[in-house]
Amino acid sequence: MIKAILVFNNHGKPRLSKFYQYFPEDMQQQIIKETFQLVSKRDDNVCNFLEGGSLIGGSDYKLIYRHYATLYFVFCVDSSESELGILDLIQVFVETLDKCFENVCELDLIFHVDKVHYILNELVMGGMVLETNMTEILTRIEDQNKLEKQEAGIAAAPARAVSAVKNMNIPQQIKDIKLPDLPQAIKDLKF
Amino acid sequence: MYPYYESEWSVLPPELNRRFNPAFNMATIKQAVNEAIERVRMPTPMRLRDLIRQIRAARTAAEERSVVNKECAYIRSTFREEDSVWRCRNIAKLLYIHMLGYPAHFGQLECLKLIASSRFTDKRIGYLGAMLLLDERQDVHLLITNCLKNDLNSTTQFVVGLALCTLGAIASPEMARDLAVEVERLMKSPNAYIRKKAALCAFRIIKRVPELMEIFLPATRSLLSEKNHGVLITGVTLITEMCENSPDTLNHFKKIVPNLVRILKNLILAGYSPDHDVSGVSDPFLQVKILKLLRVLGRNDADASEAMNDILAQVATNTETSKNVGNTILYETVLSIMDIKSEGGLRVLAVNILGRFLLNNDKNIRYVALNTLLRTVHVDTSAVQRHRSTILECLKDPDISIRRRAMELSFALVNSQNIRTMMKELITFLEKADPEFKAHCSSSIVLSAERFAPNKRWHLDTLLKVLIGVSRFVCDVIKLSVTSYVLFTF
Repeated sequence: MIKAILVFNNHGKPRLSKFYQYFPEDMQQQIIKETFQLVSKRDDNVCNFLEGGSLIGGSDYKLIYRHYATLYFVFCVDSSESELGILDLIQVFVETLDKCFENVCELDLIFHVDKVHYILNELVMGGMVLETNMTEILTRIEDQNKLEKQEAGIAAAPARAVSAVKNMNIPQQIKDIKLPDLPQAIKDLKF
Repeated sequence: MYPYYESEWSVLPPELNRRFNPAFNMATIKQAVNEAIERVRMPTPMRLRDLIRQIRAARTAAEERSVVNKECAYIRSTFREEDSVWRCRNIAKLLYIHMLGYPAHFGQLECLKLIASSRFTDKRIGYLGAMLLLDERQDVHLLITNCLKNDLNSTTQFVVGLALCTLGAIASPEMARDLAVEVERLMKSPNAYIRKKAALCAFRIIKRVPELMEIFLPATRSLLSEKNHGVLITGVTLITEMCENSPDTLNHFKKIVPNLVRILKNLILAGYSPDHDVSGVSDPFLQVKILKLLRVLGRNDADASEAMNDILAQVATNTETSKNVGNTILYETVLSIMDIKSEGGLRVLAVNILGRFLLNNDKNIRYVALNTLLRTVHVDTSAVQRHRSTILECLKDPDISIRRRAMELSFALVNSQNIRTMMKELITFLEKADPEFKAHCSSSIVLSAERFAPNKRWHLDTLLKVLIGVSRFVCDVIKLSVTSYVLFTF
């Protein structure tokens, strides 16, 4: 099972943090700091596995990471996961991001961290692999974005004004407006 | 033109006045106008994008903190005012602030309000917030359980998807009990997108409350007759968890071995499929999951092992290993071969694959080879002994992870025949070892020396070398062991 997925840059600034097991807020920050310290001092030519993080789970746990340009992608997993399999999974995650943002870079992750979360939620759920087919993930994300756009179309900028008008119940108003009985009025016309 | 009309309408009492409408009176109009004015006058909350820009523009940590604190105070005030128009935007900002490490738990209840909204946009960010911010407080969990129940019954697949994803991430035992029936129903949904999420949700529910497993059994079995790879992979995950949970279920699922073998065979034989291809291998993730389940089913069972021998041999010989994915599958196959009651020939094949791994240029492959040898050393010591020199070579590797594995494996290989050469290498390693290794390494040397020492003089020499080698890192156990040895022997 995957316990946590962390993304931070070369200076240890968090860009994404997702925990699949409950940790209090301050503990989460300590874990991110410790993980950064462990991972950042490793050369690029050593293996991508690391044991010995003391805060998250102890000896049964491993940090499996990949370093892309300015970003570290770290998965913290227990012994039931295949180390090499997780490396492939990180690759799929990054490739999906790359397709979604068209040449993903750190700035995309900074300004669209919610989108990154949504993509991750289609890839991994509750710490287990959900879907690895990139086309499928991207279509589902695209469909959900469309749904959001539709809603934005209806209730765009003056959301509150619309809701105020809604409260007034216009269709009913129109029905309720009673004009003078026309035929009668015509008859009553006197020239 | 209508004199009666103009003079009369305003003087009539409201109940007789046909043009009087209580919903459309001056007060309502005034209120709507006032609200519109209020909106124009009151600045809209800062956009997430602008907040991020401000935070990035901060030059010092103190400056950043002041930007964040100011925004947090503002967000709190909008929460107090029950502002529902901008709640979505404010929560999005709060989640960003949370990621930077500032306290954000005060947004929990607001997330629940977003989830209860009817708009998908609100729900999406609300559920995301719930997954990130919710702690294990009972009252909040009670509130969210109701929302989840509603959304699990929604007609929009993505709303159901959000609810399942959240339940799969944060389910507490109470939530698991309350919602298990809904999840079981969704596992039989005609929509694959919902089915795969429901399967993983069931996984989480069983993890939290194992006795709920019974109700999922029938629906789980049918997941294997699936075409969709997402459903297959989650189904196999769920079955693996169930089998590891209880011996009865393990026996129950023994009969699916032929199905798994068939799926695996189709994957290997299938031609190129763009959707599932990862560097030339067809869905390695599914292959790995199936291999792992086969290992669980074949453990200590000669019949089941017999049924999977052929396919394991086929995978072990047919997989393309120029890329990492190929090695991933090969590695998983080796683990399965070692774990089940496989044929002797197959075991030789597996150990040979590991031998090839040890000589691989890729450090990751060397690492997993050492790891696997460590697992199998107790079963098949002689096969591993053949790779002893390569393993000792790994003690000098610049990579700390590889050194750690090599050290553990070296100790597992020590016996009365090779004790002298092994100890020479290990003591050299100890002298240069990282501080964190010294305690473990020295005590292991002392233990091995006690077990296999060829004579007393050698034993004492070794103990003294350990004492010198570790100097200030020496732990009490070693001190005790050395003193007692010296006291009782001489």
